[in-house]
Amino acid sequence: MHTRSGIRRIDWIVWSLAAVFLAHAAVAAVPPAQAAEPAAYAEECGACHMAYPASLLRPAAWAVVLATLDRHFGVDASLDATARAAVARQLGVDPAVASAATATAAPRITQQGWFREEHDEVSAQLFRSPAVRSAANCNACHAGADRGQFDEHSVRIPR
Amino acid sequence: MFRKALIAATALVAVPALADTPELLLRGYAEQARTTSASYAGPSPAAGRRLFHQQPRDWSCATCHTDQPTATGRHAITGKAIGPLAPSANPERFRNPAKVEKWFKRNCSDTLGRPCTSAEKADLIAFLLDPKNGA
Ligand code: HEC
Ligand code: HEC
Ligand code: HEC
Repeated sequence: MHTRSGIRRIDWIVWSLAAVFLAHAAVAAVPPAQAAEPAAYAEECGACHMAYPASLLRPAAWAVVLATLDRHFGVDASLDATARAAVARQLGVDPAVASAATATAAPRITQQGWFREEHDEVSAQLFRSPAVRSAANCNACHAGADRGQFDEHSVRIPR
Repeated sequence: MFRKALIAATALVAVPALADTPELLLRGYAEQARTTSASYAGPSPAAGRRLFHQQPRDWSCATCHTDQPTATGRHAITGKAIGPLAPSANPERFRNPAKVEKWFKRNCSDTLGRPCTSAEKADLIAFLLDPKNGA
């Protein structure tokens, strides 16, 4: 009995260490992968709108975006498997998951809780104004959006 | 010696990419069309122009690309600027067969609700190359 719980405890420690290591590796793996294929993401995901920085959605949400590209927010944004895998790696998503994720609709950045909170003082009217068109056009108000810079000092409301 | 062979081999591989001109892509689509129909009459800029303006649903090609092949367009939903489609105004157009196929697949589906045929793709490129049609 004593030995068994001893083994269990060691097991537990090993598994937690492994989990911490894997989580760390997953986070750490994102920047080098992004640096290796920077062109793929900018080219494939920056043609119709700004290339949204990877930090704006969780990997699981990006996986759903990538698995539903043939019906992407009202347009066909389909990619072949090679290009989709390159984009997935840049977003920190396992390419296998990115082709298997299922959902009826892709998640929007603009419908995440944090987004609504940060923009609770921005009116729907402003988001729809001709100079902005859509809340998804981050770069209409955030000059550094494509570099992932959203701090309040660089916000400029167009009119 | 080995190095020279390697350089030569690399050059050979690189040649087809360099030779991907709009004219060659157009000829490729026209040849494909001929293999499916013996009576194929060849690419027609006028037919390409008609197709470009056809709007069976929400959009025509001109909605995002304007009715001027040399003008800068705007995405119908996002408003993002789209460089001109005519190679005379935008030398990067119709240089990369995979890219051209990718966009024909998406845009024909979004606009016409179906894929474009090889004959239609040839007509569209002929239209975008035709100075008489403003290209
Ligand atoms: C063919 C055009 C096209 C391409 C290519 C494209 N998108 Fe989009 N995307 C859109 C449109 C249109 C919207 C909706 C914009 C709006 O509602 O204002 C959109 C919206 C989005 C949104 C949601 C924005 C929001 O409202 O929060 C995300 C995330 C997104 N795209 C990611 C991607 C990724 C990742 C890629 C590359 C794999 C990609 N897009 C490629 C057209 C495209
Ligand atoms: C209509 C203009 C507008 C658009 C479009 C817009 N934002 Fe904002 N954003 C703002 C304003 C205004 C603030 C609040 C700044 C403040 O706190 O004073 C803000 C704040 C933020 C903040 C918090 C910054 C901080 O340091 O507190 C983030 C992050 C952010 N936006 C991200 C985005 C993203 C991502 C998009 C696109 C998906 C986007 N925004 C689109 C206007 C906009
Ligand atoms: C909803 C907007 C939209 C519509 C409608 C649309 N396109 Fe496009 N098209 C785009 C965008 C965005 C790109 C990529 C951006 C870029 O290459 O500058 C593009 C790129 C292309 C390319 C790529 C050419 C190259 O070599 O770079 C071709 C060809 C093309 N479109 C043809 C068409 C045709 C033909 C139609 C009509 C059947 C059409 N498009 C309808 C938005 C649209």
